[in-house]
Amino acid sequence: MSDLILLRHRQIPDLNQLDVYRQHGGFEAFQKAVTTMNPYAVTDEVKDSGLRGRGGAGFPTGLKWTFIDTENWPHYVVANADESEPGTFKDREIMEGNPFQFLEGVALAAYAIEAAEAYVYLRGEFWQIADQLDRQISELEAAGLLGDKLFDTDYSLRIYTHLGAGAYICGEETALLESMEGKLGQPRLRPPFPPSYGLYGKPTVVNNVETLTNVPLIITRGADWYNSIGTEKSTGPKIFSLSGRVNKPGNYELPLGTTFRELIFEHGGGIPDGRQVKAIMAAGASSSLIIANDEALDTPMDYESVPNVGAQLGSASIIVIDDSVSIDWVLRKTLHFFSHESCGKCTPCREGTFWMKHIIDRVHQGEAAWSDVELLNEVALQIKGKCLCALGEFAIEAVTSGIQRFEPDFRAKVSESSDEDELLVESEKA
Amino acid sequence: MLAEKYAAEIENILAKYPPDQKRSAVMPLLYLAQREDGYVTKEDMAEIGGILGITSTDVASIVGFYTLFYDQPEGDIRIQVCNDLPCALRGADEFLEQLCENLGVKVGGTTQDGSVTVEAVMCLAACDKAPMFQVQSGEGIAYHENQTVSSALEAIEALRKKEALA
Ligand SMILES: Cc1cc2nc3c(=O)[nH]c(=O)nc-3n(C[C@H](O)[C@H](O)[C@H](O)COP(=O)(O)O)c2cc1C
Ligand code: SF4
Ligand code: FES
Repeated sequence: MSDLILLRHRQIPDLNQLDVYRQHGGFEAFQKAVTTMNPYAVTDEVKDSGLRGRGGAGFPTGLKWTFIDTENWPHYVVANADESEPGTFKDREIMEGNPFQFLEGVALAAYAIEAAEAYVYLRGEFWQIADQLDRQISELEAAGLLGDKLFDTDYSLRIYTHLGAGAYICGEETALLESMEGKLGQPRLRPPFPPSYGLYGKPTVVNNVETLTNVPLIITRGADWYNSIGTEKSTGPKIFSLSGRVNKPGNYELPLGTTFRELIFEHGGGIPDGRQVKAIMAAGASSSLIIANDEALDTPMDYESVPNVGAQLGSASIIVIDDSVSIDWVLRKTLHFFSHESCGKCTPCREGTFWMKHIIDRVHQGEAAWSDVELLNEVALQIKGKCLCALGEFAIEAVTSGIQRFEPDFRAKVSESSDEDELLVESEKA
Repeated sequence: MLAEKYAAEIENILAKYPPDQKRSAVMPLLYLAQREDGYVTKEDMAEIGGILGITSTDVASIVGFYTLFYDQPEGDIRIQVCNDLPCALRGADEFLEQLCENLGVKVGGTTQDGSVTVEAVMCLAACDKAPMFQVQSGEGIAYHENQTVSSALEAIEALRKKEALA
């Protein structure tokens, strides 16, 4: 096995102990940055590395850091540890196994944008991890690696944890900031974006846990080294969270550009019970459904290639669906999720996800006609482009792609239903 | 009163945020309030509002928005089974159904002795270890992964005993 970069704890026992982390070069990058580099040089190195955000949108990280408004102070870094996308469980493993590399990444981001305070926003269910991080932050303070006047310079940094309380929408960066401010977790109208108007209205960088965990090694080993991993435009390693109908689900750290086939069949051990892979979701429940034919299986998992098979890489949460599963059931699951998680701020998303859920329930129970499937598709298309945040768009990805690409599954459900007139009478009664 | 009981903790929580942004402490304080009885009382909400300089209606709206806050008592032990898509692909729906059958409850319901509530919840970032559930109690949240119905029933029995002793 080649050397892991993000999941190093799998190769280095006790890496979640500060002394072990330091024996393996831990906090050398941060010390080097604070004592020998100016903040812009840190940002430049990250920019040159080609690192792109791992939270879903794939936005270039260094570029984001350059957007920070230097007329308005103080600045903040907020690490997004909300990890609530169905099928995503990588940030949790990083924070449990390799927490100091993550915290060093937070520290480097803070130094790069000259922030003296950083927060880690964790989903409420991660309270044990938050507790651990609190202790680890105290250890770092005791060791002089966080706190006031670090390494005898004028730079000071504090990191705090903050727990959410069960709301998927708080993973969206502006909803997350609202939530941190003690308000309802509802997205803000944008622009302005967080680098100009973020936490408490101050310039803020929000980055995903995995994104930040890349940064220490980029600073120690350099942008050229990082660039040599992955593809030209999608550089570096990526953690693929593999779930669903595979023999060996789990996190796999592989270079961006690894094919679906390699992930599912070599690393994931293939499909159980001699079944065939039928569909793939690449970005968790927010994903469109990819038909798992040879072309798709041979597609490299990077930001540029996945769109060739009609989907996005997103958070790289690969959900495998085999041929025993009917796609209407998949939609039922995703729509129950999204209607539950819509924050309710805008009508198309709030009402649309509610109605789509009801229609798919009827379809799934064999109580619908083909016109209901068409109606479902129409409702989805009406939501498109009318929402304040991307949740509304995520909610319809599986719906429109599923109906279009797996039509026979829906036809089969509809033909299970009895006479259409009877159905109408039924639904009037209901 | 929270302020007397948890004075040091409240001070630590407030110290995390800028002095003019106290409102940020509302969720940490709600967790503190919930530690005792598993839910937030009207008095707690008023007190938290008082500490932060916001109305108790503001506090109540936060409790209503976030699913991990409760304004009513339920079973002492909350078993929350994830049956979201990835877990369901690994048998979580059947697991939940059988678990409920064994405990004699419906999904969302509480056992007759009032000790255990079973709920279905959305993804908990443990999809590769399904079937799984989390247990919410006054002490916090614990994950139970790679479960079978019998291992889950054992775990629940152990929790019941512990709760009975407390
Ligand atoms: C509905 C919704 C949920 C999101 N959930 C998460 C999440 O759980 N974790 C995360 O890092 N980003 C999430 N994002 C993306 C964030 O808004 C943001 O793009 C990201 O944190 C930026 O960090 P990055 O550039 O390092 O990826 C979500 C976005 C949306 C629209
Ligand atoms: S799209 Fe949905 S989740 Fe996003 S702001 Fe509107 S209602 Fe809220
Ligand atoms: S779907 Fe159950 S933990 Fe993710």
